Amino acid sequence: MSENLLTVKDLKTYFFTASGVSKAVDGVSFTLKKGETMGIVGESGSGKSVTASSIIRLLPPKIGRIVEGTIDFEGKDIIKLNKKELLNFRGKDIAVIFQDPMTSLDPVFKIGNQMVEMICAHQDVSKEEARKMAVEALKKVGIPQPEKRMESYPYELSGGMCQRVIIAMAVCCKPKMVIADEPTTALDVTVQAQVLELLQELQDEMDTSILLITHNLGVVWKMCDTVMVLYAGKTVEYADTKTLYAQPLHPYTWGLLDSMPKLSDTVKGELNTIPGVPPDLRLTGNCCNFYNRCPYAQERCGKEVPELVEVEPGHFVACHRQNKENKLVRGEENRNE
Amino acid sequence: MSDKKVILKVRNLTKEFKIRAQKFGEQPQILHALTDVSVDIYEGETLGIIGESGCGKSTFGKCLVQLHKATAGSVEYDGRNIFELKKEDLKNLKRDIQMVFQDPFSSLDPRMTAGKLVEEPMIVHKVVTDKAERSRKALELLQTVGLDVQHVHRYPHEFSGGQRQRINVARALALNPKLIVCDEPVSALDVSIQAQVLNLFNQLQKEYNLTYVFISHDLSVIKHISDRIAIMYLGRIVELCDANSIYENPLHPYTQALLSAIPPESPFEKRERIVLSGEIPSPIGEQKGCPLAKRCPKCMERCKTDAPQLKDVGDGHHVACFLFDDK
Repeated sequence: MSENLLTVKDLKTYFFTASGVSKAVDGVSFTLKKGETMGIVGESGSGKSVTASSIIRLLPPKIGRIVEGTIDFEGKDIIKLNKKELLNFRGKDIAVIFQDPMTSLDPVFKIGNQMVEMICAHQDVSKEEARKMAVEALKKVGIPQPEKRMESYPYELSGGMCQRVIIAMAVCCKPKMVIADEPTTALDVTVQAQVLELLQELQDEMDTSILLITHNLGVVWKMCDTVMVLYAGKTVEYADTKTLYAQPLHPYTWGLLDSMPKLSDTVKGELNTIPGVPPDLRLTGNCCNFYNRCPYAQERCGKEVPELVEVEPGHFVACHRQNKENKLVRGEENRNE
Repeated sequence: MSDKKVILKVRNLTKEFKIRAQKFGEQPQILHALTDVSVDIYEGETLGIIGESGCGKSTFGKCLVQLHKATAGSVEYDGRNIFELKKEDLKNLKRDIQMVFQDPFSSLDPRMTAGKLVEEPMIVHKVVTDKAERSRKALELLQTVGLDVQHVHRYPHEFSGGQRQRINVARALALNPKLIVCDEPVSALDVSIQAQVLNLFNQLQKEYNLTYVFISHDLSVIKHISDRIAIMYLGRIVELCDANSIYENPLHPYTQALLSAIPPESPFEKRERIVLSGEIPSPIGEQKGCPLAKRCPKCMERCKTDAPQLKDVGDGHHVACFLFDDK
């Protein structure tokens, strides 16, 4: 296998708010290899976006802080970078594509100017050269008449087109890694398919790694090599995509997979749901976060925080009831045997 | 299908929006949001409506509850055209057709408690005039949608998205409606919560014999909840059929393309994607020919000039495409 590009170990990012410490990310570990795509899935509030912001150090100042853990990117610890190094690192080494394409572009500047500004900030080129690069990048992402589009304002473009512009901006500095934070959530399915295929093409061409954050499991199946499931700020399961689909091990993953309505179902039946709601992030940390919603919970789950263990090679799970010797089978037994 | 009672008969429903002229003296342009939509909605069924943004699905829902005034066409309920009803009749009608909106965060008044929110429609329509009786009924409704006594005196900001959507459903139920128009009711919710709310919709339908018009852009959600599905494109229904046959036997080129764009259900599945070139054309200005003509891989000469009508091709499967004309 190829070398590791990004290694995140036991990352903890807390938010210090007036009403208490919110443990938005409370123990996330994963590795991303070169040229690979990794998916992060979870419900809202599970810490997907905060993980991404922590990696590029874009947390709200004062309130949000990385309190523990290491983020290793090609041998350098990102947490220890100073301001100047950070400027060089963001955009050049890691580019980010945000969820809402319409608001991540500045509405009062032409997209050409925005792209040129970005290129000039990261590369030692003249404005004319930067312009040429921008047109080239727009052409690459499939925008018709790129020269003309350079003169458009963001509002003149549709959502899918805006997202293409943002992808063009992200890739024109040839980053080693792209973080795509819900890149297609605001888009229609047909446009979503186009944007995802575009990302795949660019990845093949430039050998970039992609960290894809999404709540849509279908997108994960389509795009990702490995996938991590987050719940209440913690990695609960981490495996390669096919293994996770074929043999998921964490009860939360089971619930998540079951609660998706499936197109191939022919009977209109009840969906399996996960009862209850996710816990308050200010109160987590002294037991398994899934304890009060888990149908397989035991006494131990309410007392100890489960560790992330490698149950099978490459398959990590954080659950007291799943370990190498003793595996829990899906649907085998119910609460409090 | 014919043995079922038609609850709502929509005929040639058309909605046009005038776009104000940019310059003085210019003719205002017309945006064709809905063109010639005809469909029968049967009692007790769920009609799913799916399409991309801008295809007119929300406009359709809003025309049914008369939040938009239709430009032309008729909607018959109980044998009467709802657009011609006046005052008292209209108010009675609005009691029967209710709506649940997409965004659970902005559709509830932040200054009212859950109990008051559910009571509000009963006050407006003077259904229950006794105060104690009204709050008892509000509690009962909140309990049917899965909330409890403790929630009655809470304000919307104290609830999660899923709970708020439950309050919205309770509000719609307060007037004992026959038909509920649900405009993307689960789009703003997480999958596990979405499943809970979808189950709630199914359970209420059985209990109260409700009819739903369920609007969504998520095909797997629509497929799960609907009996029949209408696929809309650029203000028209292009295909109308059984929920199962849309997946097994999609006929219209647009439906096929839409289905192929949906992300796979497993990492082992590889889907051949049918690509429609270009973007959705603008609904502004004169519309000529089939709306899909410019992007359709099977476009014929005729498609550019004539607009195909929705036709039955057997088993209640309706398609608006010239490819199926001879059948």
